[in-house]
Amino acid sequence: MSAITPNYGYLRGSREIDNTVDTPGHRAALVLGNKTFHDVTEAIANVAERPTTNGWRVGFALSLALLGMLGVTLTYLVSTGIGVWGNNQPVAWAFGIINFVFWVGIGHAGTLISAILFLFRQNWRTSINRFAEAMTIFAVMCAGLFPLIHVGRPWLAYWLFPIPNQMSMWPQFRSPLLWDVFAVSTYATVSILFWYCGMIPDLATLRDRAKSKLGQALYGIFSLGWTGSSRHWVRYERMYLLLAALATPLVLSVHSVVAFDFAVSQLPGWHTTIFPPYFVAGAVFGGFAMVLCLAIPARAYLGLRDFITMRHLENMAKIMLATGLIVGYAYATEFWTAWYSKDHYEQSLFLFRLTGPYAWAVWTMLFCNVVAPQFLWIKRIRTNAWTLWLVALFANIGMWFERFVIIVTSLNRDFLPSSWHIYWPTWVDICMLAGSFGLFFTCFMLFLRFLPVVAIAEVKAVMPQAHAHGGHDGAKPSKEDHSDYWPEEGLSYAQHKAGQKK
Amino acid sequence: MAETPPTAPASLDAQPNRFIFPRWANLLLPFIIVMAVGGGLYATLIVGLGFSPQATDVGYMPEQPVPYSHELHAGKLGIDCRYCHTTVEDAAFAASPPTQTCMNCHTNVNVANPGNIQKIKESWNTGMPVQWVKVHDLPDYVFFNHSAHVNKGVGCATCHGQVDQMPTVYQAKELSMSWCLTCHREPEKFLRPRDQVTNMKWSAKDHPMFADQPDIAESVAQLELGKKLKVEYQVRDTQYMQSCSTCHR
Repeated sequence: MSAITPNYGYLRGSREIDNTVDTPGHRAALVLGNKTFHDVTEAIANVAERPTTNGWRVGFALSLALLGMLGVTLTYLVSTGIGVWGNNQPVAWAFGIINFVFWVGIGHAGTLISAILFLFRQNWRTSINRFAEAMTIFAVMCAGLFPLIHVGRPWLAYWLFPIPNQMSMWPQFRSPLLWDVFAVSTYATVSILFWYCGMIPDLATLRDRAKSKLGQALYGIFSLGWTGSSRHWVRYERMYLLLAALATPLVLSVHSVVAFDFAVSQLPGWHTTIFPPYFVAGAVFGGFAMVLCLAIPARAYLGLRDFITMRHLENMAKIMLATGLIVGYAYATEFWTAWYSKDHYEQSLFLFRLTGPYAWAVWTMLFCNVVAPQFLWIKRIRTNAWTLWLVALFANIGMWFERFVIIVTSLNRDFLPSSWHIYWPTWVDICMLAGSFGLFFTCFMLFLRFLPVVAIAEVKAVMPQAHAHGGHDGAKPSKEDHSDYWPEEGLSYAQHKAGQKK
Repeated sequence: MAETPPTAPASLDAQPNRFIFPRWANLLLPFIIVMAVGGGLYATLIVGLGFSPQATDVGYMPEQPVPYSHELHAGKLGIDCRYCHTTVEDAAFAASPPTQTCMNCHTNVNVANPGNIQKIKESWNTGMPVQWVKVHDLPDYVFFNHSAHVNKGVGCATCHGQVDQMPTVYQAKELSMSWCLTCHREPEKFLRPRDQVTNMKWSAKDHPMFADQPDIAESVAQLELGKKLKVEYQVRDTQYMQSCSTCHR
């Protein structure tokens, strides 16, 4: 690669180029390293094309081992029955639903980046959207697993769908649990469509570059005959805009419906109107935390620092800070409402949260979700990959504990004191939570290995060369200003005609 | 080619050998369409028809230890159902008769083929009951109560079919949940007077109520009579009758 972009210095005490500051009349570059279009293709396609590295092998083996553990515990669970879990009356939901809400929440950053940031023309999304969308799909897969096994008899899970049957029985359309089925399955469908459709031009790039027959055939089939003609591009962009518009309401609706699972019930601690917005904010907070947790190591390991720059990380940190503040505000509102309601049950529940046997979980949640994000006010912390990663990790832990607190503390003190019961997970619960990370990371490692991890075509559109009159960075178009769908990359049209090599 | 302006993107014609996708991939589209449409139809047919209780349960006719003929006893000889199944009016379970019930007659009655009642005699001598095979077997999570139905005017034949015409008893109806619900939602279409419950040849239009309307259609008569009986027998409303815990406790 050529020299670093000259306009920028380094961030203090690191090798990171500081592109986090905008000066008037001069937009910060989103792709660093004075790259040509060809350099971009090389750098990103190389991730999928280079020989398998040992680091990837180790990561994949670990993920696969966790996935295997999930398989074993699943078999044990289904063959024995859900009594092997720790949940029982009155805590009937516990890990199955905690993990479901946790994973569904993780997915929200993907949709927000792909849909809302697209509609708002936040160009920095291009470097991370592919990544975040993949994360969304794998997170939704993990999320879908838990309700499926939580029903106890997964082979009857088709009862969740309104299929005509010999029982002439329909799902309970008035139940938010059914709305969940529709919300999450719609979400999964749209996320997969978005991810896949957005990837078609890049899959075509990988096809054009593939050396093996198998690679050519597979990338060729999945790129659906993409040639990069302008007709293809016109239709592609129209489709992408429509999908973004379709997906935008989902960002807000899915986790609102998940929140209804709780808010519609009449349990102190659940029965509150603040839940839908509070859940959506929490989901975006946790989702961006997960993107950061994955992106920071991945960009270093895959050599993508010039694409996922400190500016991208800082933007995500800012979103985390904003949504973290909303989450903290929602916590405060909950406590205030409990006090102001003068409702005996509501008040004792919230006192119980702060002081009862689960106080450790509540304080973990408050520290991770309210205190930890405050460090992101400090620029040195949010522009340092290590500290930012740590805050993001805290946020992930905190968001898991938030669902633990909501579900377990609200349920374990029933209205009847004789039914009070302290819930503890069993080893099966814990192995299944760890195993769901195995499922997630196995998919994610395969994604890193075989697919274009950054949207190659989209990233090029935010580079200066894509703008005839100079775009970001004010750079003039270079001589190598051409599309990737040129037969031999890096050649000018004249060179191409002459059949010369570079 | 020479006329092509230098800024134009390279067309496909310029690269005749460019690989887009393998030729056989063209077959994928028809294949996927055929599989999606055909597979969908196939699955619907298999699941909708093949797995329905109409296909899997109706006609179940297990071999009984004694070749007892309902056609002969209930049909030709006209023995009332309750002569043998004594508990139907008072209990949830319709009891199978003890050997004693058979012997009430068969100590004196000569049979055309004595081999047929060999097992009955053995049972009578040894005191070991005959191992009848249950034909109408509901799942264990359904709590069906014979007395509740018999006392509210649901005829034996409504669920068990024309037993008086069965040399060997078989399952005549689906006994599926949707089948139960057809009556639980509209009991008036099936109710009959209590004293006609065991009548295998009963029809609504023969009821004295319609004596002055000899041409009335059966369905019209049934509906009119059923509505009257529903009130008279205090049959619960459809909301209660469709509630989960009415049958699944």
